[in-house]
Amino acid sequence: MKTLSTTATENVSALNHVSMNRGRSIWPRIRTYLLQNFLPPLVILCLLLGVWELLCSGTGATLPPPSQVISETWELILDPFYDNGGNDVGMGWQILASLERVAVGYSFAVIVGVALGVLVGQSTWAMRGLDPVFQVLRTVPPLAWLPISLAGFQDSNPSAIFVIFITAIWPIIINTSVGIRNIPEDYRNVARVLRLNGLEYFYKIMLPAAAPYIFSGLRIGVGLSWLAIVAAEMLIGGVGIGFFIWDAWNASLISDIILALVYVGLVGFFLDRLVAMLGNIVTRGTSAS
Amino acid sequence: MSSHYLSIENVEKTFEKGSVRSHVLSNINLHIDQGEYISIIGHSGCGKSTVLNIVAGLIEQSSGVVILDRKEVNAPGPDRALVFQNHSLLPWLTVYENVALAVNKVAGRSKTSVERHEWVLYNLELVNMLHALHKRPSEISGGMKQRVGIARALAMQPKVLLLDEPFGALDALTRAHLQDEVMRIHSNLKNTVMMITHDVDEAVLLSDRIVMMTNGPSASIGEILSIDLPRPRDRIALADSPRYNHYRQEVLRFLYEKQRKLEHISPKHPPSQARSAQSLPGGGSGSSPSDAAAGVPVLQKVSGAS
Repeated sequence: MKTLSTTATENVSALNHVSMNRGRSIWPRIRTYLLQNFLPPLVILCLLLGVWELLCSGTGATLPPPSQVISETWELILDPFYDNGGNDVGMGWQILASLERVAVGYSFAVIVGVALGVLVGQSTWAMRGLDPVFQVLRTVPPLAWLPISLAGFQDSNPSAIFVIFITAIWPIIINTSVGIRNIPEDYRNVARVLRLNGLEYFYKIMLPAAAPYIFSGLRIGVGLSWLAIVAAEMLIGGVGIGFFIWDAWNASLISDIILALVYVGLVGFFLDRLVAMLGNIVTRGTSAS
Repeated sequence: MSSHYLSIENVEKTFEKGSVRSHVLSNINLHIDQGEYISIIGHSGCGKSTVLNIVAGLIEQSSGVVILDRKEVNAPGPDRALVFQNHSLLPWLTVYENVALAVNKVAGRSKTSVERHEWVLYNLELVNMLHALHKRPSEISGGMKQRVGIARALAMQPKVLLLDEPFGALDALTRAHLQDEVMRIHSNLKNTVMMITHDVDEAVLLSDRIVMMTNGPSASIGEILSIDLPRPRDRIALADSPRYNHYRQEVLRFLYEKQRKLEHISPKHPPSQARSAQSLPGGGSGSSPSDAAAGVPVLQKVSGAS
C-alpha cells in the first residue's frame, strides 16, 4: 500500500476509508480473492485432467495420458534453456525465437496499420480506393502468403515475419480507421476553435480519441499473429515452437507435442492480456464521456 | 460599417444537399457592443445555432459578413471561444489538462509556463472548480463539466464568448446555480457574450438584449427586446417584478402567438391503415393518427423548456 511511507495523519484517513476491514489484516480479503478467482478454474482443470487420464490409460489408447506426458517431458520442463546446438534447444529458446519473429512482424504491422488506418479514416478518397482492396486481402489465410513471400524474400526468416505482418495488419487498419471516423464532431470543433495544427491534432485529439478502437484492433492482431507463427514455422523450419511441434511429430514424440501446445496456449493468453492491459492503461477514461 | 464591436451584416445561409436546397437564414443583421450580453431565442430548427456557428467560424455563411473588432471572421479561432451544449471536454484529459490544452495553445508564446499554470488555475477558480483539478470528465457531474467548459472558453480570453444552449442539458437547480455564476463572471469580467437558449426565463434574466428569431425555413430576426433591468439581478427579487414579468410575457407572446410553431404532417403520403399503427412520419406526441390520415395540419405547441 502507498500509505506505508506517509505521515501518521494520512494513515488515519486512509484507514478510515477502508471501513470494511478497519483494524483487521488484509489476509481474509486476499483469501477470498484467491478462492473466487483461482478455485473454479483449478477444479475444472483437475476434472479435465482426470477424464483425460481415464480415457487414455486403457490399452490401445493412441494418445498418452497426462501422467505419461509429464514423466516423458520432465527433462524439458525442468530445463527450458539448455542448448545442444542446432535445433536441439530448450522450450524456452524455442518460444523466445517465435516471440522474436512475432515481435518484429507485429511491430511493423502496428506502425503501418495505424498509419494506413489513419489515412483511410481521414480521407474519403483513400477509403473508397483502399477499403475494397483491404476487404479482399484480409480474407486470404495467413499461410497462403507464405509461398509468395518465400519467393520474394528468398529466405525463410523474413518470410515468416512477413506472414505475421500481413496477418496482424488488417484488424489494425480496419479498427483504426473506424476509430478515426468515429471521432465526435465536437472534438474536431474544439481543435478548430483552438486552431490546433495537423500534428497537434494528431497527437492531442486523434490518437487518444481513437485509442479504444486502435487497441481492440491491436488485441485481435496479436492473437492472429500468434496463431499464424506456429503454422508458418512448421513450414519454414529452424528454431521456433512451430517447428518444434512438427519435429516432435516426425519423431513420434506425442508428449512433447502436448507440452508445446500447453506453452503455446499460455503464451498466447499472456500476449492477449499484455495488449489488453496496455490498452487499459493508455485509454483510461477515454471510452467514458 | 459601424463602431459596433461585433457586427453581423446581411448574413444568409443556404444548405445544399444534392439537389435539395434549404434556405435556413435570410438577412440576419445584428450589432453587438462590447460587454453586451445577447441571447438568441427561437423555436428549435429556426437556425439560431447556425447563426452562432457562423460567428464561431465553424460554418461558412452563403453571403454577408461577420465583423469582430474591425476584422472579418472567416475561420474558427480562440477569439470566439465556444461553450458547447454537451461540454465537449476531452474525456482522456483531467479538468486541469482540458483547460491547460487551451491555455498552452492560445497563450503558449505570450506567457511563461508558470503564468500559464496560474492562468489555468485562475479560470478554474472563477467557476469554482479548483477542488476537482485532477478528476476526469467522467468523474464529475454534468454541471461541473459545463463549468469546466466555461473555464476553458474564458481561459482563451475571447473577444466574444459564444454559449450554445450551455445549460440545456442540466437539471433546473443546477441550471439556476450556473446562471448565477455566469452573471457574476459577466459582471466581473465584462465579456461580450452571445448565448443561444430556448429558456425564456434564462434569456430575460441574463441578457441585455434578446434577439427573437422567426421560424424557419428562411429564418430571420423577428424582434429585438432590450431588457432594461438593473444589474446585479436577483432571480428571487425579480420573480415579483412587474417589469421582469412584462419582458417575459413579451418573449412568450412572440414565441407562442406571433411565431406559433406549425407542424405540417404531409398530406402527400396518407398512411394506410396498416401503416398507421406504426410511428407516423413527423408525428409528435400531440398528433393523433386520425388527424394525420385526413391530412389536417396539426398545430403543436412546443414547450419552451424541453
